Amino acid sequence: MSIFVNKDTKVITQGFTGKTGTFHSEQALEYGTQLVGGVNPKKPGTEHLGLPVYGTCADAREATGCNASVVYVPPPFAGAAILEAIDAGIELIVAITEGIPVLDMVEVVERLQGSGSRLIGPNCPGVITPDECKIGIMPGYIHKKGRVGVVSRSGTLTYEAVYQLTTRGIGQSTCVGIGGDPVNGTNFVDVVKAFNEDPETDAIVMIGEIGGTAEEAGAEYIKANVKKPMVGFIAGQTAPPGKRMGHAGAIIAGGKGTAKEKVAALTDAGVHMIESPARIGAAMEEALRGAGLLEGALGA
Amino acid sequence: MNIHEFQGKQLFKRYGLVVPEGHECKTVDEAVAAYEALSTDLCVVKAQIHAGGRGKAGGVKLVKSADEARAAASEILGKTLVTHQTGAEGQEVRRLWVEEGSSIAKEYYIGIVVDRELQQPVMMASSEGGTEIEEVAANTPDLILKAAYSPKAGLDAADAERLAKGIGIPAESIPEAVLFLQSLATLFCELDCSLAEINPLVTTTDGSVMALDAKLNFDDNALFRHPDVLELRDLDEEDPKEIEASKYDLSYIALDGNIGCMVNGAGLAMSTMDVIQLYGGSPANFLDVGGGATTEKVAAAFRILLSDDNVKAVLVNIFGGIMKCDVIAQGVIEAVKQIELSVPLVVRLEGTNVELGKKLLDESGLPIISADDLDDAAQKVCATVS
Repeated sequence: MSIFVNKDTKVITQGFTGKTGTFHSEQALEYGTQLVGGVNPKKPGTEHLGLPVYGTCADAREATGCNASVVYVPPPFAGAAILEAIDAGIELIVAITEGIPVLDMVEVVERLQGSGSRLIGPNCPGVITPDECKIGIMPGYIHKKGRVGVVSRSGTLTYEAVYQLTTRGIGQSTCVGIGGDPVNGTNFVDVVKAFNEDPETDAIVMIGEIGGTAEEAGAEYIKANVKKPMVGFIAGQTAPPGKRMGHAGAIIAGGKGTAKEKVAALTDAGVHMIESPARIGAAMEEALRGAGLLEGALGA
Repeated sequence: MNIHEFQGKQLFKRYGLVVPEGHECKTVDEAVAAYEALSTDLCVVKAQIHAGGRGKAGGVKLVKSADEARAAASEILGKTLVTHQTGAEGQEVRRLWVEEGSSIAKEYYIGIVVDRELQQPVMMASSEGGTEIEEVAANTPDLILKAAYSPKAGLDAADAERLAKGIGIPAESIPEAVLFLQSLATLFCELDCSLAEINPLVTTTDGSVMALDAKLNFDDNALFRHPDVLELRDLDEEDPKEIEASKYDLSYIALDGNIGCMVNGAGLAMSTMDVIQLYGGSPANFLDVGGGATTEKVAAAFRILLSDDNVKAVLVNIFGGIMKCDVIAQGVIEAVKQIELSVPLVVRLEGTNVELGKKLLDESGLPIISADDLDDAAQKVCATVS
């Protein structure tokens, strides 16, 4: 099993015919994702990459029965694109777009409440269940099917973590990038909870970064609920306060959101925190061995 | 993006928020003329820099005559102010704001940010105006009252009244204060602010509610819909290397170490800094070249990070996902040739087409130190500077 996406997930691309949307849709098809079409309000009724183009998410949903959407729409229009997907009742919306205005996301999050949709992102690499479904911009080939869940606020740092696992023969159940923005749809608690309840996830890698308190909220949940081995890393231990480190959400403001506080909270919750991001794979190997789960993880 | 206090006050006026009359001045003579043009004897000469804590650093002076205005302006203009927000190098004062003095009855604090836990704008109000709000938050958090609001609905009148009463605004000024807080809440959303702060907000002896300060920061991602706000950008207040980087869509932040870093992805860039520090080194910058790094972009990144004289070595750490390692390697080689690199360069490549990328680097004949993984790269680059 896995979380959020699997071989039965039917995906449409919003921003399908643009350069980014086209490239990553091709990659998804090549990976074997069930991509069933796309949306472009100006080109309904046409075909792109051999798949139908619809004018709206609602039309796409009606025609294809899609239950997931991926958003590559440029930032000024991405908020509206996500709202359209929510209104169409699409269950899972993955927003890759970086640079969406914060207040647009405040409106999106308001609208998500009480809806049947889950939003992952924005400003994230996406979500992948190896060998089944890849939604997003992560390089498919570094992943390996397996039993370790990965959740992260970062993109390339997630690839780094996955690569370290895969080269040790440790596969992944699902990898979720929740994104680097301050206001987003899915947080550590949501993903860790899903991994915790997934019988085919044995252990979890959690990669946070400075800014906000999502890691602390995650730590609270983990302390009360999670028995599965966890390895954690917080990026930005050397970042100066008051400076945004690339990601809109990666900023230590008013003394809040430091790596030190996050590391302390997660350590207290029983997560095996590592100092060097070069040791993510090695630390997970040790944690699995310690829990008697390594053989299962390598065999999966 | 940040703007100056006087620009913030001009935006306040547009939303009906009361501010003292004043004039922007770039010379001492302009400051004297401004003093004479204002209707009160008591005026305030205020340094305009993008940082708080100006008063404590000597950037704000009360003056009671044209001569005093001249003396204050001469002293502040051109001075480098060092405050808790400027860093040790300080910020040079290039502009003044000369405004009417106000008869202050009491000072308060008002601020708005988007709260990351609530995922909504939150107005914060405190009776402890004039002081550093960070201290109030740390020592007496009960003195900060909060109200969250939806951008669509705006700040509820009942919430505004609760805050105004709660911080001790006198009864006769409450109706005016409620409107003031609601207008500020509207301004925050309509202009896509990331921070709106008034410290102090005051009630005057005649009972009116007035903003004596104005600190507005804007969401960079929303500036496309606010061309009028974008015009207020003051490049003098920004690091020239950061301005140059933004032209190439690179995310660069200057730090005070000696190892220049070039990485793809913000999380990996932060982690690379962390590993360098772990091995006793000190990063000179944060630099994210992004996903689509072209040769031109890589060359620009090299130029920017080498324009920092403190840089004694460079570490390139690229995890090629969608971006192929051979393309990155080609970019590095061309960039190094163009700029005649004179410090040691450590390169760690991983990901798509990594073998081809490494081969290109080896065959280039350039003095590039190749690293196998993140740990190895950090150790090697730290060794070159120790």
